[in-house]
Amino acid sequence: MHKRWLSLRFTHLATDRMVIRQPELKGKPFALTSPERGRMLVKASNATAASSGVFSGMVVADARTLLPSLEVFPYDPQLEGRLLTALARWCLRYTPIAATDLPDGLILDITGCAHLWGGELPYLEAIVATLQSKGYSVRGAIADTVGMAWALARYGQELVIAPPGTQRETLLSLPPASLRLDQEILERLQKLGFRQVKQFIDISPPILRRRFGEALLTRLGQALGTVHEYIDAVQPIRPYREELPCMEPIVTSMGIEIALKRLLEMVCERMRKEGKGLRAGVFKGHRIDGKVEQINIGTGRPSHNQAHLFKLFELKIASIEPALGIERFVLEVPLVEDLSGVQDTIWGIDNLDNTAVAELLDNIGGKLGMDVIHRYLPQEHHWPERSIKEVPFFEGQPDTEWATALTRPLELWSKPEPIEVMVHLPDYPPRHFRYKGKIYKIAKADGPERIEQEWWLQTGPPRDYYCVEDEEGIRYWIFRLGLYGEGDPQWFLHGIFA
Amino acid sequence: MAGNNQVIQKLREEIMALERFPSPKLGGHLSSFGLGPIEASFSGNAFPVGAIHEFISQGVGGAASTNGFIAGLLGKLMQKGRFCLWVSNQRPLFPQGLKHFGVEADRIIFIDVKREKDVLWTIEQGLKCGVLAAVVGELKDISFAESQRLQLAVERSRVTGFLHRHQPRREHALACVTRWKIRPIPSQLEEGMPGMGFPRWKVELIKVRNGRPGEWKLEWKGGYCQAIPAEKTEQRSKMEQHYA
Repeated sequence: MHKRWLSLRFTHLATDRMVIRQPELKGKPFALTSPERGRMLVKASNATAASSGVFSGMVVADARTLLPSLEVFPYDPQLEGRLLTALARWCLRYTPIAATDLPDGLILDITGCAHLWGGELPYLEAIVATLQSKGYSVRGAIADTVGMAWALARYGQELVIAPPGTQRETLLSLPPASLRLDQEILERLQKLGFRQVKQFIDISPPILRRRFGEALLTRLGQALGTVHEYIDAVQPIRPYREELPCMEPIVTSMGIEIALKRLLEMVCERMRKEGKGLRAGVFKGHRIDGKVEQINIGTGRPSHNQAHLFKLFELKIASIEPALGIERFVLEVPLVEDLSGVQDTIWGIDNLDNTAVAELLDNIGGKLGMDVIHRYLPQEHHWPERSIKEVPFFEGQPDTEWATALTRPLELWSKPEPIEVMVHLPDYPPRHFRYKGKIYKIAKADGPERIEQEWWLQTGPPRDYYCVEDEEGIRYWIFRLGLYGEGDPQWFLHGIFA
Repeated sequence: MAGNNQVIQKLREEIMALERFPSPKLGGHLSSFGLGPIEASFSGNAFPVGAIHEFISQGVGGAASTNGFIAGLLGKLMQKGRFCLWVSNQRPLFPQGLKHFGVEADRIIFIDVKREKDVLWTIEQGLKCGVLAAVVGELKDISFAESQRLQLAVERSRVTGFLHRHQPRREHALACVTRWKIRPIPSQLEEGMPGMGFPRWKVELIKVRNGRPGEWKLEWKGGYCQAIPAEKTEQRSKMEQHYA
């Protein structure tokens, strides 16, 4: 079949995007800039700024002289690629094959598509009008070859359609830049006085090759259709969703398990191929009476282990109420993450099967709730409650050592318990203390260790900690909050040593 | 005579293998648990790993000392960078205090379940996971049948389990290799030194399969359990009498 191509060119892609995000910028001159060799260069400018002569490649200081009201924003070099990929995916509604054409365009293979919109002109108009209504200024052209469509979208009039087989005639009047040539070749052509393609298109190929290299001939051939050109089409995003209709309504848990296993097999197989893992999953059962029963699972790390995921769902199957029967099962995976290569080295420890630990924790978290799982890292704080930091159980390595210089009890109560003490002298350890009505006589004591409040976090009186041992040999960690002579200090029991 | 001893030793090992008792050879990747004099009480002079150990504690001090003793064992078990699960209902354990017993607390995963009945389920899940070094479970009561389930789990996975029962209602028999009771005793310092000494415990090994039960007074010092020299204790008690 005769190939037809459509090329789209976004004249102000990055700035149009800014205006869509921040409508108040509409109509104001602004530019996106990034530093280069110690200067700020304009990387993109919007239509208002461009009409005053601000173009990309200009130094910002020069642009401000031309246009003092120019606003500048930082330029994100990745933005255009991301935007074009998203736009190419959006264009998949017009054609199955769409590719990005950096830095500012899209290429669509529209062979056999245009008649669905009633011809090529309505088709092109439909695409351009929809994109313009979204806020993008865009030009488009249709031709027999990628190169020709590209040239017409940039150097032809608005919405050009080159009839089949006319690329040679169309190309004749276009400038050499329409052939997608390197700057160096363009300058040489310019120097030799070639202003239009027709001036050199009939020169014999060996002469052109000697003068300008192979690239010129390739580009010429691509525009004329004698050299084939490949495009790298974008892949549509397929949601991770599988369905299983049932011949007969399912009412037993065994039936539900079989359905779940089948769906998981399909989803896991696909995730395995793509190197992805499930983070959250929803299993739905559509009942005969129209209600939908569903169970959710979540994992701490992406996983595509079918047996493991089944185990997580299995804990909740009992909560599905089949009533008269379930006629359709759906498994959706709303959250998918890449399975990274670092999976086997979490916490920086090799040669261990950490997946097994991850699966164990998912299992526990699935039944008892993720909030029961705790892991702590040391923190450089003297205040005992702040010397540990809770972290998600798969992230983080200790960035500091567990301190050993200071004596810390093995058991620390989250809330210090008030006690009454008898003290001989201020700043001496107590003789005995009373806790919950019982008196503990102190046989040995160590201390005090004064811990001041960390003033940048909170203010208050310091704590003087004493390690004390009663007559039975039980070792306590008690502290006095505040100082004698400054108000009334209070005593607390905070922990117990082993 | 020596020949007879060898035959008996071999027979013992065979019987132990039949009883599915963790042979010291199987779990013998560690030369010593730093248990000092206690190690002679176990069959093969090695602390049985890949089995369930039961600890019974009374009072807050007893609970802390038992956790300290368990932490000392964990420090040895977790040496190859493996993880440990610490399951409890109301946990006062302070991760900073573990380093003193040779445990890197960031490699312990604490499971603080809200209901006591979930503790057992979590312990069983942990014991089935063969990559863990150990599972510590703090719980009050457990029936014989439930302990058998745990025993079956460790036979396959070779994970060491520690059940810390704080003030249990009944001290009935369980399917465990050992039963311990640990309580703190007054520490001792050099003559005339002020302050508090190293932690000291009275360790009772009430029950041990294929071994000899016993009772020791130990001191945790330098990352190991060290026996308190008998003369010193005597001297000490004399001193106490003297002051009484």
